[in-house]
Amino acid sequence: MADTAPGNPDIVRFRSPGRGGRASAKPKGRQVDPVALAEIAALLGDMPRSRDRLIEALHLVQDAHRALSPAHLAALADEFRLALTEVYETATFYHHFDVLDDGQPAPPEITVRVCDSIACELAGAARLIDDLTAAHDGAVRILHAPCMGACDRAPAAAVGRNQIGHATAERIADAIDMGATAPAIPGHIDYDTYLLEGGYRTLKSCLAGALTRDDVIAKLEASSLRGLGGAGFPTGRKWGIVRAQPAPRLMAVNADEGEPGTFKDRYFMETDPHRFLEGVLVGMWAVEAAECFIYLRDEYPAVRQILLNAVARLEKAGLVEPGRLHLRRGAGAYICGEESAMLESIEGKHGLPRHRPPFAAEVGLFGRPTLINNVETLFWVRDILEKGADWFAGHGRNGRKGIRTFSVSGRVKEPGVKITDAGITLRELIDEHCGGMLDGHSLKGYLPGGASGGILPADKADIPLDFGTLEEHGCLIGSAAVVVLSDRDSAAAAALNLMRFFEDESCGQCTPCRAGCEKAVKLMERPHWDRPLLEELSRTMVDASICGLGQAAPNGLLSVFRHFPDEVK
Amino acid sequence: MPLDGNSTEVSFSLNGRDVAARPGETIWQVAQREGTDIPHLCYSPDPGYRPDGNCRACMVEIEGERVLAASCNRRPAPGMKVHTGSDRATAARRMVFELLAADQPPREAAHDAGSKFWQWAERLGVSGSRFPARQTPEPDLSHPAMAVNLDACINCTLCVRACREVQVNDVIGMAHRGAHAKIVFDFDDPMGDSTCVACGECVQACPTGALLPAAVAAPEGRIQPDRQVDSLCPYCGVGCQLTYNIKADRLLSVDGRDGPSNRNRLCVKGRFGFDYVHHAHRLTRPLIRKQGVKKDPDVQMDPADPLAYFREASWDEALDFAAAGLKKVIEERGGSGLAGFGSAKGSNEEAYLFQKLMRTGFHTNNVDHCTRLCHASSVAALMETVNSGAVSAPFYDCENSDVIVVIGANPTVNHPVAATFFKNAVKNGATLIVIDPRGQALSRHATHMLQFKGGTDVALLNAMIHTIVDEGLTDRPFIERQTEGFAELAAHVKDFAPERMAEICGIDAAKIREVARLYAGAKKSIIFWGMGISQHVHGTDNARCLISLALMTGHIGRPGTGLHPLRGQNNVQGASDVGLIPMVFPDYQSVANPAIRATFEKLWNTSLDPAPGLTVVEIMGAIRDGDIRAMYIMGENPAMSDPDVQHAREALASLDHLVVQDLFLTETAAFADVILPASAFPEKDGSFTNTNRQIQLGRRALPLPGDARQDLWIVQQIAGRLGLDWNYAGPEDVFAEMSLCMPSLKGITWERLIDEGSVTYPVDENGVSEEVIFGHGFPTASGRGRFVPADVAPPDEVPDADYPMILTTGRVLEHWHTGAMTRRSEVLDRIEPEASANLSPRELNRRGIAPGDMIRVETRRGAIELRARADRDVAEGVVFIPFCYVEAAANLLTNPALDPFGKIPEFKFCAARITAVDAVAAE
Repeated sequence: MADTAPGNPDIVRFRSPGRGGRASAKPKGRQVDPVALAEIAALLGDMPRSRDRLIEALHLVQDAHRALSPAHLAALADEFRLALTEVYETATFYHHFDVLDDGQPAPPEITVRVCDSIACELAGAARLIDDLTAAHDGAVRILHAPCMGACDRAPAAAVGRNQIGHATAERIADAIDMGATAPAIPGHIDYDTYLLEGGYRTLKSCLAGALTRDDVIAKLEASSLRGLGGAGFPTGRKWGIVRAQPAPRLMAVNADEGEPGTFKDRYFMETDPHRFLEGVLVGMWAVEAAECFIYLRDEYPAVRQILLNAVARLEKAGLVEPGRLHLRRGAGAYICGEESAMLESIEGKHGLPRHRPPFAAEVGLFGRPTLINNVETLFWVRDILEKGADWFAGHGRNGRKGIRTFSVSGRVKEPGVKITDAGITLRELIDEHCGGMLDGHSLKGYLPGGASGGILPADKADIPLDFGTLEEHGCLIGSAAVVVLSDRDSAAAAALNLMRFFEDESCGQCTPCRAGCEKAVKLMERPHWDRPLLEELSRTMVDASICGLGQAAPNGLLSVFRHFPDEVK
Repeated sequence: MPLDGNSTEVSFSLNGRDVAARPGETIWQVAQREGTDIPHLCYSPDPGYRPDGNCRACMVEIEGERVLAASCNRRPAPGMKVHTGSDRATAARRMVFELLAADQPPREAAHDAGSKFWQWAERLGVSGSRFPARQTPEPDLSHPAMAVNLDACINCTLCVRACREVQVNDVIGMAHRGAHAKIVFDFDDPMGDSTCVACGECVQACPTGALLPAAVAAPEGRIQPDRQVDSLCPYCGVGCQLTYNIKADRLLSVDGRDGPSNRNRLCVKGRFGFDYVHHAHRLTRPLIRKQGVKKDPDVQMDPADPLAYFREASWDEALDFAAAGLKKVIEERGGSGLAGFGSAKGSNEEAYLFQKLMRTGFHTNNVDHCTRLCHASSVAALMETVNSGAVSAPFYDCENSDVIVVIGANPTVNHPVAATFFKNAVKNGATLIVIDPRGQALSRHATHMLQFKGGTDVALLNAMIHTIVDEGLTDRPFIERQTEGFAELAAHVKDFAPERMAEICGIDAAKIREVARLYAGAKKSIIFWGMGISQHVHGTDNARCLISLALMTGHIGRPGTGLHPLRGQNNVQGASDVGLIPMVFPDYQSVANPAIRATFEKLWNTSLDPAPGLTVVEIMGAIRDGDIRAMYIMGENPAMSDPDVQHAREALASLDHLVVQDLFLTETAAFADVILPASAFPEKDGSFTNTNRQIQLGRRALPLPGDARQDLWIVQQIAGRLGLDWNYAGPEDVFAEMSLCMPSLKGITWERLIDEGSVTYPVDENGVSEEVIFGHGFPTASGRGRFVPADVAPPDEVPDADYPMILTTGRVLEHWHTGAMTRRSEVLDRIEPEASANLSPRELNRRGIAPGDMIRVETRRGAIELRARADRDVAEGVVFIPFCYVEAAANLLTNPALDPFGKIPEFKFCAARITAVDAVAAE
């Protein structure tokens, strides 16, 4: 039974009692390639290898290599001392990461993303995608993408990181030819200008003790300022709650504006970034937050540049200690605008919303009590503190109080950001701020709150637009993203567009939303909609989804049954 | 996200009835307790599973809340009004099942029609779906142990939590998003190509049959057992409790059970390595060596064909033959001409009877077992310092520790389930310090990984001790109250400043100091160690240093603190406790002590040899010297496990008479004159003592194959033929006798073991087990723990110009000890089918050897050839070889030099050289 080894007669080779086979040349699973490891180590430099930097690190690799190869991902896992699957799970969650299979080449140098969310679809995105796909071969990659926050310039597209409004195949081809893939930085009020017109005086009053935290919180409460990301929670009360929690406390700013039709936060950050940042710093001071993380969507590269410069300027000016105010980059995931999913993403994970309770004010970022505010909410803080609570509360009409910023798109003459009264009606908004309907179009209906807020018919154009006024009609104001539909548009087609968006953007965590959106799209693609089944499904999505995405996803569909039933008979 | 536990009872209304939630309870748990079953899929009530609330099958309605709530992760608030059966809640739950059913194979074609999913679907009246189905994922049958059919996956993430949070092996993830979200292994690799260690926690957790043990996955659906037996895992010292699933008297599959040391968890060996019992190589008839078959250490017998070398015999003939040969040597040379090896794999009762037979039938103390090869030095140091050889606290006490030190141990490989508890503790905030010359899976979880130079343990540990003295980090009151000899230790370590030791052990002085501060400064620190400490010529010194660390910092005798040598085999603690050791009777009572001897002479009704017997390696020497001429070996395999094993084989071949009692024609049995076919673990009843001092019951699950017999019966038959009048009807009779001479068993009866399944000794006067001992001092004469300083001594054989590499040996996850069982397990053999040597990729690269190439590894004792495996955990200049592979037996190479106190050989260090083997010649 035993043999001697050929050429080595001194070695007696016994045989295995098993079936035999060949031993693996390596330990189990993928091994780290030393070349990839060296590349990653060089790329990361002195970035701390802590989990919450993982997405930042993935961006570095994606930016440098146009993709994430398995070898690089394995090296990242090694550097961060994470399991392979933890890195993969995070990387594959986000649309802006191109995770490659073994041997798969990186995508072409230029990727064109064409927005096909509702406002852009109304403006012909589908046709544009077809045209681009036909015009460009493998050298350019054409992808459809969710809302880019350029709904007033629909259809929107991005060539690399260069966003192009009113996009046409020709304009995109020009950009490709010129290699114009970098974001254009719009002109904005810079630090010096902001300072000259009185900026950061309020912050300094706070820091110097001239304003007390109690005063500030009381003023915000009196002003009726509410969370303008869409949830509408009274801001002053939230600050008070967080401040009462045990230290260390943290702050997170939701700059992940992604609700289709919404572009107001972008406007504020692109035009007057320091007014927003002053609000951030006052918030940090008010709740005594040790650190603050601004989570900015990756679709806004110009804003990122503006904010990076602005934060550096603030650090230089001594208004914030280096290392306290962080800018974190999203990676293409609408769900990360949901505040608890945003926290997960800031922690370097895939963006799955958390269960509540506990609420972020008690158990938030890294398990600490966390103040979370939207960009616009913070934008108004300085003005309220300087001009008084009554100034803000004094705005409003039709019995409502405060200022509201509408992002208007669709079939109107002058779409754009409209800063006006809370409680304004759609008809007033169109007539007073948007120059009326487009020629040849008549009002059919409108989305009062982006993709989540449902669809109202023209005969509901005289309802005051505010938190709490639309619920009885099955709708929500949300982030005040108003998309106007005309007689040339189909409400059913709009609802299908919205449901496709939710299907794409559902995190996939809970059954009602993950399976519900996917099944609903399939059912809505049929010429006849099965109303009882879709309504039953919608009921469960509303009742049993973990977060607002799934709970609100059927709003458009239900609006069609309620307000436009003839379209789907 | 941790749920905040309510600290007091909460009164609330459940379906109109006032109920009270106990602290921490969820609505689901209260409802369950109150008799209301709420459907659940992603929630598992099993220990260690965090509710995740993702499937939404357990929704309930809470008055005043806008949406429904998942009862599995919602805690009731005072006054809350909860309705579990409202129309809204019921409709949502049914809809969830209908959505999931749309994407499942129909029940008729289900992978597991009896799964939790289908059971609940049936109860809710959901049998199909009105929704269109998604695209069906392909099956993944790449792993030998598990079938992956994600067409049945409902994305509940129980497998992710099983893998990431319970066992912390971190292979399974939920990648992508939305409807594309899917379970992945690593980078969506086939399971068989992934880093999966096949613990099988995921298949146990899966509620749909998407993940199944391959052994029960069949095209017509899951194969069901026809009976189940609760028992134990036969492998390592963790002592996992398990359930055997049996069909037609064959083991079909294994499930983890909620034992104190495993909480339903198992590893690849325990869950999938059970089929060795049914292997074709099993011996089923007594065998007597054929005339003229030479005992040749250079010739391997084919274990598939024992009749080529042996003839079958009746039990009477075989036993007579076995006993006659032993008697002849007794008559010619007295008891000292014989020796016996028992086994740490057998039961306490078997070990007890075996040592009693050796002492009373053979009149010799030459009885030992493989404890000699694993923790003899640790036990020597512990006995000398605290007079107790067992662990001071169970391994799961690390849940209470602030700092966990793992030194010279690779628990994810050798004690995989214990390792899960370490990883859980780290996830809960404990600091883990790993100290080992080799990297390991735990390194990633460690805040500090000290990959020091092999063999420099004492230098490193003395430097830590120095730091603690130097920086005043000792626990003075503890030292004064509970210890002796500290001044000598403090004086001794003066010369061991980290700054001086850094160069020797290869760790920065600052890092040594930092780790010493962490260990000493924590409120509760615990030390775990393994063979990396014990298997050195300075193994006892290594352990002395660890004991000194614990004593000087007071990190012993309190929850979360202590000293825990991780015991290797399933019953090495028990076999040692019952006296399968040459110097002591049961409970470590010295054979040389006349008073003790008198007690045993009275109990056993015979005179006893006052001379301590020889140890394992010494016995081999005595055979070569001609002093020992016959042996009785029960379940041991020294022809694989001894150091310098060629010499051991030669010794065994030279015996006049060798009786081997085993399951297979092992490498040792090849030298037998008679082989007695024995019982495998699942074929017998008995008690087993794990590393945590827990005595647990193994239960007979299978009939014996052929004419194989119970080991207890065989030992008694030999005893009878040596003139002993024994009549133990079963293990309970033996246990009763053990209780008469083992104070450690006080308060523990066979009936209690049957009732409780696991009892930790010692038990106090109230019958309560003491899991953490030494809380009230040490069982030494003075009641104090003793410091024993250790000097730096080099390994016995250090690298030189001829043999420039360091050879170190150990185990692989899939194979157990000498491989007799595991290499005959289909799954384990398929995962690790062949010998390999682990070397640093750089080392291989430098030598121009490709991973997977055959290499020759040579020492002054021998040479083997095997495949090179590129392994980043191994330092340059080192070669690591598992000793389980007969085709390239690492112990042909190892150095038999012994630790002077524990008599343990230096398996962890010798000088070696490697060369590439010509590829053509190797084929």
